[in-house]
Amino acid sequence: MSGVAGHPMRPPGEAENRLAGGPVLPPQQAKTRLAGGPVLEQPVLDPALAPPFPKAALPVLRNPQLRKNVAHAIDVIQAKRARLVAEKTDWQALRASASRIKDEALQNLGAYLEQFEERCTAAGGTVHWAADAADARRIILELLREEKAGEVIKIKTMTSAEIQLNPYLEAAGIRTFETDLAEIILQLGEGEPSHIVVPALHVNRSQVREIFARRMGIENLSDEPEALTAAARNYLRQKFLSVPTAISGANFLIAETGSVVVVESEGNGRMCLTLPRTLITLAGIEKVLPRFQDLEVMLQLLARSATGERMNPYTSLWTGVTPGDGPQKFHVVLLDNGRSSILAGKTERQTLRCIRCAACMNSCPVYRQTGGHAYGSVYPGPIGAILTPQLEQMRHAQSLPYASSLCGACYEVCPVKINIPEVLLELRSQVVNQERRQAGRIFDPMYVGLRVANVIFSRAWLFHMAQWMGRIGLRLFTGKDGWIHSLPSVGAKWTETRDLRGLPRQTFHGWWEKNREQGLGNREQKNRD
Amino acid sequence: MRVSLFITCYNDTLFPETGRAVVTLLERLGVEVEFRAGQTCCGQMHANTGFRGEAFSQAKRLVRLYADAEAVVIPSSSCVAMIRDQYPGLMEELGNETLRKQFAALLPRVYELSEFLVDKLGVEDVGAYFPHRVTYHASCHGLRALHLGERPFRLLGKVRGLELAPLANLDRCCGFGGTFSVKNSEVSSAMLAVKLQDVLGTGAEFCTALDNSCLMHLGGAMHRQYAGMKTIHMAQILASTEEHPAEVLE
Repeated sequence: MSGVAGHPMRPPGEAENRLAGGPVLPPQQAKTRLAGGPVLEQPVLDPALAPPFPKAALPVLRNPQLRKNVAHAIDVIQAKRARLVAEKTDWQALRASASRIKDEALQNLGAYLEQFEERCTAAGGTVHWAADAADARRIILELLREEKAGEVIKIKTMTSAEIQLNPYLEAAGIRTFETDLAEIILQLGEGEPSHIVVPALHVNRSQVREIFARRMGIENLSDEPEALTAAARNYLRQKFLSVPTAISGANFLIAETGSVVVVESEGNGRMCLTLPRTLITLAGIEKVLPRFQDLEVMLQLLARSATGERMNPYTSLWTGVTPGDGPQKFHVVLLDNGRSSILAGKTERQTLRCIRCAACMNSCPVYRQTGGHAYGSVYPGPIGAILTPQLEQMRHAQSLPYASSLCGACYEVCPVKINIPEVLLELRSQVVNQERRQAGRIFDPMYVGLRVANVIFSRAWLFHMAQWMGRIGLRLFTGKDGWIHSLPSVGAKWTETRDLRGLPRQTFHGWWEKNREQGLGNREQKNRD
Repeated sequence: MRVSLFITCYNDTLFPETGRAVVTLLERLGVEVEFRAGQTCCGQMHANTGFRGEAFSQAKRLVRLYADAEAVVIPSSSCVAMIRDQYPGLMEELGNETLRKQFAALLPRVYELSEFLVDKLGVEDVGAYFPHRVTYHASCHGLRALHLGERPFRLLGKVRGLELAPLANLDRCCGFGGTFSVKNSEVSSAMLAVKLQDVLGTGAEFCTALDNSCLMHLGGAMHRQYAGMKTIHMAQILASTEEHPAEVLE
């Protein structure tokens, strides 16, 4: 299936998606530079502009503080998660159940979205359909202009980061105020998120102190957590009380009731969802669940997987508008932006089950070393490695499917059982199929090597000859100790940090033929090529 | 019982002593071992790098070669995982009904070495002697794809003279990942550095595993760093006796 029934969603045109429909500039220029310049490093989180993963990872690999911050943060969350998962005797049944619920929703996505639209509209909400990022940005800007809004408060939403909403609104003259503590740190420090649940996990306390002191104009601010949160609270209170328009994301949409669910820890979300006059919720189309009852499964899995809590502190649930209570104008913007095309792939489809808990990145040994910025997208880690290239229709981020050692830890922890390694392999094969069509492939030693190896493995005698030639060829590089310390070309990528044992004089099959085959008769001969 | 040894391409080329140890060990346990000379590679390297078309041809070859084998023993977790996890999809995509049936019949007879010893032969004490302090690296494929669980520990626990040094963060990847180690060599090396801290921290003389691929990665770094520890495939420990000690590479 491609496109959502009744709402044909065209694949976003590349240029249109990124730049048309509003004054969104490449990230370097988009930000309004603030006095004193940026405090945090400036990674590129636009897949079209980001360097390939191995290159983007280098600055982090060389940064001991950053690696320590990332490893410590995810080790803590992962340990808490493991403890709380262990106490659930029905964890595997919950996972199975959640993956079935999501699959059911995805298989009937068009129908469930229409049902959501109908019920939400009946309850006084307005539903908008956005085919791509440009559409969504335009819709939101128009809604804000109708409200004559000069300022807007926001609850942490990765989807708004995906469509680069803040720089777009700022360029259109609307000031955005993030209200999640981590998002405030990033916004004031002009940084970028490196994790989808704890986006500022790469920033340490003294950096936070410096950002707050400078941007909030507080002298003698200490770096004690209490002092920092108090500073944030003072800053936020004014915004909550004075800004009448809010933007949120959504964790779940309920088709049956037309309700929206937001799950959070700090209470800033509850403020944004109840105090303003107008609320705009931006949600990916894959967030829909068929029934209210499905939350019973999802909420048990989400908090445990995401933050290692039995229950998150704030779960907000609302349906349309209620006269005299909460926002009196409510809009939902349903975003496709490449999602419906992911549905078409049998293996790839499971990507859309994701409930953004980040357990995969917390368990990932690659993410543990690189942090999130290396992924060049607002969605880092294993889920980002499969989601980003697909949202980009495989036109960008082709290095991401290779940013994994296929260790399988992500699949093991995923609460909705996304077989991330399986999807990675599918995407790798799509990348190779792109390479097959490129003339430059003949200069890529890895590509040529694997093609040649395939021929070699097709006949045992060719394989044996290649082993012999390899041994002769490598003799030149093999030291007196029988080890190889330095290789040219692709081999250098190995020997930069590791030695390689030289090829032994005798292969195993050579030994077998010499020592074992005589006397056994010709029984094995029939199995030879 | 007669088993067919699939040695795997990289063991054949780089680690022949592992193959010799498997033969020694199985024969000592009364198993007849055959070696089919037509064997090359299971296709894992191609499949995992995205060359699925190429992996097809190797999968077909392997299934046909072992179609009539009583049992196939493979001293490499990741190659067994390739056959178990990826072949079914490849076979379905190939759409060759005869081949698919041959594969379905073969699959239950494919064993990783420790599975074969513990599950099929039902032995834990293989009569080995290896008087050294050893730590065991549970490779990702052995751990999460094959769910080898306690098997390797039960086998090592019965080796006379062996002192097992527990490894912290047992479930953490060493960073090898096949072509990942080259395509993302810097990240791979960073993961390796972290793993090595745990491995060297055990104070063991040897690090063992059921995958020579991880050991090539760990051992390559140990050799580069004069770390004073060696790697050895578990087959070599299990084959080792007082009369015939394990072959250990200098």
